Amino acid sequence: MMKKTMILLLTLVFSMALLSGCTSTGGPQDGEEAGAQVGDGSGAGGADTAAAGGAGAWTGSPLEDPSSPLYEKVVYFDFDTAEIRPEYVPTLRAHAEYLVNTPGARLVIEGHCDERGSREYNIALGERRADAVKRFLEAEGVSPVQLETISYGEERPVDLGHNEQAWAKNRRAELVYQ
Amino acid sequence: MKKLTGIIISLLLVFAAQAQARLVIEITEGVEGALPIAVVPFQWMGDAANPPPEAVGKIIAADLQRSGYFKTLDETQMLSRPSAMTEVDFRDWRALRQDNLVIGRIEPNGPGGYKVRFQLFDVYQGEQLIGYNFSTTAKDLRAIAHHIADLIYETLTGTKGAFATRIAYVVSEGPADSPTISLRIADSDGHGAQTIVSSKEPLMSPAWSPDGRKLAYVSFENGRPSIWIQEVFTGKREKITSFKGINGAPAWSPDGHYLAMALSKDGNPDIYIMDLARRKLRRLVRHWAIETEPSWSPDGRTLLFTSDRGGSPQIYQVSVTGGDVKRLTFENKYNARASYAPDGKSITLITRVGSQYRIGVLDLATGSITVLTDGRLDESPSFAPNGSMIIYATRYKGKGVLAAVSTDGRVKQRLALQSGDVRDPVWSPYYK
Repeated sequence: MMKKTMILLLTLVFSMALLSGCTSTGGPQDGEEAGAQVGDGSGAGGADTAAAGGAGAWTGSPLEDPSSPLYEKVVYFDFDTAEIRPEYVPTLRAHAEYLVNTPGARLVIEGHCDERGSREYNIALGERRADAVKRFLEAEGVSPVQLETISYGEERPVDLGHNEQAWAKNRRAELVYQ
Repeated sequence: MKKLTGIIISLLLVFAAQAQARLVIEITEGVEGALPIAVVPFQWMGDAANPPPEAVGKIIAADLQRSGYFKTLDETQMLSRPSAMTEVDFRDWRALRQDNLVIGRIEPNGPGGYKVRFQLFDVYQGEQLIGYNFSTTAKDLRAIAHHIADLIYETLTGTKGAFATRIAYVVSEGPADSPTISLRIADSDGHGAQTIVSSKEPLMSPAWSPDGRKLAYVSFENGRPSIWIQEVFTGKREKITSFKGINGAPAWSPDGHYLAMALSKDGNPDIYIMDLARRKLRRLVRHWAIETEPSWSPDGRTLLFTSDRGGSPQIYQVSVTGGDVKRLTFENKYNARASYAPDGKSITLITRVGSQYRIGVLDLATGSITVLTDGRLDESPSFAPNGSMIIYATRYKGKGVLAAVSTDGRVKQRLALQSGDVRDPVWSPYYK
């Protein structure tokens, strides 16, 4: 009996992982898979801890529900700043609430920049953006152990254009649930 | 695990050798009054059916032409093709208004070996300026040609040549949503490009060791940034740092014993120096603002870095022992990615002019910045080891390309790869 439930649970978790894998390739954001290493394979590969938090509650994650504020997982920034714009406060509060209520959930906050200026300075600026989001979530009561940050600087643009419109889309923090 | 990494690297090297991507160099602006010079194709003295694999004379001519300081004579216009002094009639070359003449011979020298001889003449004086013999192998013929070009350049301009050097750069190719990122090295003429590491994750900030035998770089291959050091000739490599947060902007000390870097393990990015032999870290600059992009002075006594402690990114200088920090840039709202000229008298940097990011040179004596380029998104400037040119990344026809500009701004070249975006160039030192 115990065994059966375990198997069922595992299958469920596994299929969820698969499912979330599918939606992430079809969805608007890419760059969620951390995989594809050249060097040693010891890396923390993106997908394997997925859905660990959810277990009981899954009837379709609110994270994937287009009508939920949790569906929004990108926060945009102005040029050369890491200040969170007021319009993103409701989105971030919703994520904070979700994280507080789902202590098993783990979130990686990716900081990104537009292509202008120096690459290494942009890595630093991207980290500042990711940190700003992290601090906001922590101030809303999220435990630091649930949060991780990484900066990609200008290395992973979502819009490959070279104009203000593209730059505005690239200056962002992405919330990537693990 | 180490062994496995080694194997993967060797595989990559093999693969790279097959898929050579050539950089094509185009001179976009030359110097007015460039010196006319004729480089006669070097004569092969061996079996005609079995010529040497490289056209040494052509490589030399291309180097000189590319520098912008020489105008080479087209082969088809030559009235004679001497390969020894006794065959030279200086009247031919005066008639063609050539200031200088280069001739040479290549002889077989044992199995797979060659003897290369060359002479440089002053056409109007009718005398030899320099002449040398070299013994070499097929594999090093190109290197010998670049070395000869260096000798000619130095004899005629008084400045040491930098043709026998290399560049390292990063290429992004493949589908836009999942590009392959490669760190490559090529000869300074763009020939012989080889991938030394590639990944689906970002690779950035290559930095040559002062002996030109190693590259430090940042790789996200394990999902997070780490600093690696890789031996260029063997492919052997080692992870140097993988702290929490940023592991970035590696820069070698001139003696090769230390690596400066930006780490954010203690909260926000600061400048650290690692003693490479003992793997000991020391924090050089600590501040709540961003500190990154360290770069050593040629005498090893001071470092430059970028900081936004004053509200916008600017260049600062600090002693290698720490202590007071001095701001160097006051012109323009954005200055970053600075590095010293080989003579230590000036620095090159990214500077924003209006809304355009361009390459500038800051004269340390006067404190003023001269803007050398006219792009919109120019970045990653790096001096040639003789200080004559600066290589940098720019955009051309929608692609990332490399370009070089002379420090006086008069000579400009573009180095375009046939496919992919090229960026993050860095010029090698002289090989030791």
